[in-house]
Amino acid sequence: MATEGEATGLVFHPMDQFIVTPLFRTLGPGETVNWYEPTNVTLWMAFIVLAIIALMVWGTGGRGLIPNRVQSIAEMAYGMVHKMVDDVAGHEGVKFFPYIMTLFLFVLFANLLGLVPLGFTVTSHIAVTAVLALAVFVTVTGVGFARNGASFLKLFWISSAPLALRPVLAIIELISYFVRPVSHSIRLAGNLMAGHAVMKVFAGFAAVLWIAPVSILGVVAMYGFEILVAFIQAYVFTILTCVYLKDALHPHH
Amino acid sequence: MEGDIAQLGQYIGAGIAALGSGVAAIGVGNVASNFLAGALRNPSAAASQTATLFIGLAFAEALGIFSFLVAVLLMFAI
Amino acid sequence: MITLLQQTTAPVAVETTSPEAGAVTITVPPGSSPPSVEAAIEGALPTVTMPMTTAPAPESAGGIPQIDFTTFGNQIFWLILTIVASWWVLSRVALPRIGGVLADRQNAISGDLGAAEEFKRKARDAESAYEKALAAARSEAQGIAAEQKAGVQAEIDAAIAHADAEIAARAAESERRIGEIRESSLDDARSVAREVTAELVRAFGGQPDEASVTAAVDRRLQAAS
Repeated sequence: MATEGEATGLVFHPMDQFIVTPLFRTLGPGETVNWYEPTNVTLWMAFIVLAIIALMVWGTGGRGLIPNRVQSIAEMAYGMVHKMVDDVAGHEGVKFFPYIMTLFLFVLFANLLGLVPLGFTVTSHIAVTAVLALAVFVTVTGVGFARNGASFLKLFWISSAPLALRPVLAIIELISYFVRPVSHSIRLAGNLMAGHAVMKVFAGFAAVLWIAPVSILGVVAMYGFEILVAFIQAYVFTILTCVYLKDALHPHH
Repeated sequence: MEGDIAQLGQYIGAGIAALGSGVAAIGVGNVASNFLAGALRNPSAAASQTATLFIGLAFAEALGIFSFLVAVLLMFAI
Repeated sequence: MITLLQQTTAPVAVETTSPEAGAVTITVPPGSSPPSVEAAIEGALPTVTMPMTTAPAPESAGGIPQIDFTTFGNQIFWLILTIVASWWVLSRVALPRIGGVLADRQNAISGDLGAAEEFKRKARDAESAYEKALAAARSEAQGIAAEQKAGVQAEIDAAIAHADAEIAARAAESERRIGEIRESSLDDARSVAREVTAELVRAFGGQPDEASVTAAVDRRLQAAS
């Protein structure tokens, strides 16, 4: 962040990669982005949709009984998420499978495409992940009340605890229930933002000659780690969605 | 002068907040090591618990991310 | 940082330059006094012209683009479009297709397993039929062999019996001829003996009586034999 010493040329802008800019105009001073105009967010989200179509529609076009490589990847993703929903949320959860699969593929491709050099990571923005997490939260709460009625509130009234503790536990459970979308969204955005910012900081050190080899090695190592993080965070986001869905379908502990 | 002190506080605060990331790393290591210890004792049950492992890792890591976030907010946003 | 500059130096002057300054922040060169407005502008402007910072942030909510609330509407709008588009594609096209392919494969595998089971059963049937045919052939062969043996035995027995009969006949014939020869030789010896006896009696001056000579010879022969 600081232009420390003009002589060494050290310039850190770790947060510049997250700036949202319009595609077809330059923002003048004081101008803001309109909600409808195409920005780099639009561009990279379009890439995400194209990647999803390429993997799941074009890749499975052969409908091969013996799958080719792309089709096996698509089937692997399908099988993994389907098994996850079935195992964690139960059989009733399977009808939410397309929604969960959409979330998984969107987050996965957003994370991976964000790692493309000069790419833009849409999931590093709290606005995006908060909408995803809130959508999950609203859906889960709605499904919980629609399926269980008022007995959904038993989720907060832990009948296995001693009677004196139950009101306290109910308050804790209620708070943790409403903190869910916050942690759900900040976990994803924070992980992505942290990883990309750290990579940028490492890259910034490359301007100093004697640190440059270490810096480049650091960038490479962080890049590999970020690929792992991209998969793990998509997995975690999806499995937490399944866990929340399980609470809505079976609220009794 | 007054601003320098504020800036100093900002940087020190960000540094202290960043310590939280390291402490969260201890937590993540704890989750992973205990999972590994349990998995080596009963390898047949390990495969069914990987989902739990990842959930535990995610919860431990999320708190570290929160402290990182506080550090970033102190550095850039205030 | 910008608020810091605003507090330390002339706020009005920096306020005008802050939009161009963007995310760029300026620090004090080592060992110098607190920055003047001119120093701040000089420090900021070159960085703005650098390629990395061609896109200055709409500076309304501090240095982090994530909490720049002016871009939230844009991001949320495009996010909803993207999610709806990918959900539509997945739930209408991709997921039914992959589910169908997986079900087809499952059917094919279970069908193949059924066919394999059928072939196995057929092979087992064929094997037992072969075993049965082999046993039948073996018993038949044993029957034929026994029959042949019995036939041969009968033939041999018949031949032996025939040969025995022939031998017996021949033996009987020889016996008879030997008897005949013995009879004839005995008769010859008897007549010779009679004649000799008669001659001896005559030679001794007796009158040979036919009947007594015969009786005497027979008596002697009877005693000799």
